[in-house]
Amino acid sequence: MVDSDKAPLPKFPGRSSRRRWLFGAALLVGLLTTGCGPQYVLLRPAGPVATKELHLFELAGIAMGIVIVSVFVLYAIAIIRFRDRPGNRAPYMPNWHGHRLLEPLWFIVPAILLTIIAIPTVGVTYQLAHLPKTRDPVVIDVTSLQWKWLFEYPGQHIATVNYLVIPTGKPVLFELTADSPMNTFWVPQLGGMEYTMPGRVLPLWLEASHPGLFWGHSGNFSGTGFAAMFFHVKAVSPAKFAAWARRLHRTAAPMTLGDYHRLLTFNVVGESSYGAYPASTFPSTKTGFVLRGGMYTPMHNDPRKG
Amino acid sequence: MALPGWMLYLIHTLFPANTRRPTELGADVLIIATGAILFYILIIKGRWRHVWTEWITTVDHKKIAVLYLIGALAMLFRAGVDALMLRTQLALPHQGLLSALEYDQLFTTHGTIMIFFMAMPFIFALFNAVIPLQIGSRDVAFPRLNAMSFWLFAFGALLLNMSFVVGGSPSAGWTAYPPLSENVFLPGVGQNYYLMSLLIAGIGTTMTGINFVVTILRMRAPGMTLMKLPLFAWSALMTSALIIFAFPPLTVALSMTLIDRLFQSSFFTLGHGGMPMMYVNLFWLFGHPEVYIVVLPAFGIFSEVVATFSSKRLFGYEVMVASLVSIMFLAYGTWVHHFFTMGAGPAVNAFFGLSTMLIAIPTGVKIFNWIFTMWGGRIRMTVAMLYQMAFIPTFVIGGATGIILATVPVDYQFHNTYFLVAHFHNVLIGGTLFGLLSGMYYWWPKMFGMKLDEHQGKWAFWLFFLGFWVTFFPQYLLGLEGMQRRMNTYPFGLGWHMLNVISTIGAFGMGAAFLVLVYNVVWSLRHGERDVTGDAWDGRTLEWAIPSPAPEYNFARIPVVNDRDPWWAMKESGATLANSLSASDIHAIELPKSTPVPFLLGASFFLFGFGMVFSWWYVAILGLLCVIGTLIYSGFNYEEHAMLSADAIRGTEASLGRLQA
Ligand code: HEM
Ligand SMILES: [Cu+2]
Repeated sequence: MVDSDKAPLPKFPGRSSRRRWLFGAALLVGLLTTGCGPQYVLLRPAGPVATKELHLFELAGIAMGIVIVSVFVLYAIAIIRFRDRPGNRAPYMPNWHGHRLLEPLWFIVPAILLTIIAIPTVGVTYQLAHLPKTRDPVVIDVTSLQWKWLFEYPGQHIATVNYLVIPTGKPVLFELTADSPMNTFWVPQLGGMEYTMPGRVLPLWLEASHPGLFWGHSGNFSGTGFAAMFFHVKAVSPAKFAAWARRLHRTAAPMTLGDYHRLLTFNVVGESSYGAYPASTFPSTKTGFVLRGGMYTPMHNDPRKG
Repeated sequence: MALPGWMLYLIHTLFPANTRRPTELGADVLIIATGAILFYILIIKGRWRHVWTEWITTVDHKKIAVLYLIGALAMLFRAGVDALMLRTQLALPHQGLLSALEYDQLFTTHGTIMIFFMAMPFIFALFNAVIPLQIGSRDVAFPRLNAMSFWLFAFGALLLNMSFVVGGSPSAGWTAYPPLSENVFLPGVGQNYYLMSLLIAGIGTTMTGINFVVTILRMRAPGMTLMKLPLFAWSALMTSALIIFAFPPLTVALSMTLIDRLFQSSFFTLGHGGMPMMYVNLFWLFGHPEVYIVVLPAFGIFSEVVATFSSKRLFGYEVMVASLVSIMFLAYGTWVHHFFTMGAGPAVNAFFGLSTMLIAIPTGVKIFNWIFTMWGGRIRMTVAMLYQMAFIPTFVIGGATGIILATVPVDYQFHNTYFLVAHFHNVLIGGTLFGLLSGMYYWWPKMFGMKLDEHQGKWAFWLFFLGFWVTFFPQYLLGLEGMQRRMNTYPFGLGWHMLNVISTIGAFGMGAAFLVLVYNVVWSLRHGERDVTGDAWDGRTLEWAIPSPAPEYNFARIPVVNDRDPWWAMKESGATLANSLSASDIHAIELPKSTPVPFLLGASFFLFGFGMVFSWWYVAILGLLCVIGTLIYSGFNYEEHAMLSADAIRGTEASLGRLQA
């Protein structure tokens, strides 16, 4: 096993010095009440998928807030009124043990609130499983390795390690697999995660609606280098994306099988780029799912090992 | 001076580099010191005979309860220390107090121990202490099996804890997903320890499940129909039913991983057609029922506590029972919500999202019934009741965040973030642990004959409660900031450090609470208010009808039950057991005899497990032979019972002032 303790974690700009957190602690109260510094990435969606997920979160949060507040009020009344203290004049009913109207009520009210959440839950679940139909997705093949990310662009014939460039305003289809223990591919500001698993290819589509720099990370523990599995996603206009891809394809050295095997070493590395890559580094039969009319149909057979 | 080769081999295998770090060496010193103290007490002061006859060979459910409780509190300490080390490491970004491997080992043992070796034995402690008394029985259905369950748990726990100093700890998380948990990625013996200790303890747990199902179905006092069964006993019945059907998938998943690791098969390996996702399914097929296994007993405890301390009947008994039963069934139908993000497709995800929301309804119903039990009562704020009162708001929030996670697309974002971590600690600490502590304070007089000091108990409670919220509320926000669980450190600049510092402070608050709690227990054992009535809290159920602590035979005369709150009804009508027992009511009682078999069986399994962990087949086979030998030996032991004469019982009851002249 490789000891990756000394491996560098990526540096992020801003808010970084130790002195600042003392200062920040003073800001805490304000922060907790307003709740939204720029670091609350889940509340700062930058694309349609993340936005849909955030809206559902808000809906569920409000419904649950109603439940929480009403239970708390009822509960507060109960414990204040019925405390055992001298001279308490609230009624004492030691044998009261049921009520024909009240009891059904707390089946019905939660059931209604849950239905309010359940219907859009099903709706959005189906929506996110469909790649938007009319537009042509950019495809990126993602492989999680110990402890790094390999991104291959089959359409552009280029590959990158630990960073992504994507065009804005277009759905990007990520095909996810692993040559390592399981990880999840996650860019919080663009949308939810999906597992990378050895022996399977899973689909995930995301879209950035405006240019920007976002961070991504793995969401499933994969060993001692797990904390360092950050990567950057740079969203740029489609024209810039095309130019970037062309330049990379022309100028960067191609990845050899030897390079790929070096990437398989258990270690943490920085970012790198390749002007081409060997096809055999990604499952050749992409039967992990098929794209049919813009909808994925996951297939549960083993695409890699025949 | 050169050591012989075999000694070098032993040293390298048993004490590899990662067991020679300062933390481990510190633990070594502690272990040696504890060993020396035990040696002094047992051998030098000659207490071993007492310990052997009264405790190690006992089959008395009340003593087994005490053993379980000691084990659970010790494990709470161990896993709590793990947690404090984890939180210290995370307090600031880019900290290097712990290496990545150490951090991984600590969160793995923290989770594994808290679930399997803290919550489970704590639950069994209370089952053993209370269930037979509550249903008016003299023992559990299978007293020896009960002792075996305990010793399998104890030796399983020993095996897992030993990994820290001998051979190295596991480090793949309490869920131990392959292929990470396979040899390629985690060579060494750590994962073997995890697998063997859970397999061994799992046998014991399953036997406990069977034991309590039979006990509750077959050994109730006359007149106690199922619809008169106290709710704690109902929850024990449902928990046991869950155990019986949930542990087999775990056993299968663990065994397959073990075969992968020890015999190079490839059920879940990275290549060779292994299917790691199969493990994930099997694990959560166990794992989701497991979370209800640990929370249903707490529901049962709260139902008893809230009625007693509101001096009022439980509200909506039938609905409470119905919701327990439906939770038991629904608990098997939600496991996929632990991996919505594994590409199961929208139909499957939607189904399991809805089934998860469905299970919240019976849970919510219980909350309302507890509140309405207080409504119209007279609430006494004892420590047991305080834990119940803290539980309600805490658990409501935990359940609400559970629903948020069950909202499938939202879970795509929150899966494995600190939001999830906060959710499950919210329900596990606010539900299970508060419940167990409430139960401990409530039934302590029945177990030990004295109350735990209330004043100190309140200090511990407030520290726990506030410490809990200071620790875990920031973690919800960390989830919104995108921090993932199980990261051993994090960079500057993401804005995560403030909330992490606060969370760590809260964790130390809970650590302080634990110390106060231990002080509370130790102080009370010496100076606590003695309970001479047997009914320390003006209780309602049968366990309060007999002296504290209960005599060996529990009930001199088995009571006849004709009310849901039998003891309350007896007190109302003035016909308590204590003032109606006459000498002619008492007959000789047959009691199970102590036996060393359960202990020996546990020790044999330990030997077997140890051999498997290190792939020392001769040791493993020897252990297995010992298991078989012990079983054969016990099969030829025909004198399992002894009679306790009527006169002896009369003497005991008279000395407790419970015999009419
Ligand atoms: C209202 C009831 C509940 C709902 C709707 C609910 C929902 C969920 C969901 C959807 C997850 C998976 C989230 C994810 O992995 O992304 C989860 C995880 C979890 N829940 Fe709950 N839950 C509820 C009650 C409980 C209770 C009562 C307990 C235990 C006492 C519990 C313990 C856990 C644990 C331990 C995990 C995470 C395990 C892990 O990944 O290590 N939950 N819950
Ligand atoms: Cu679950």
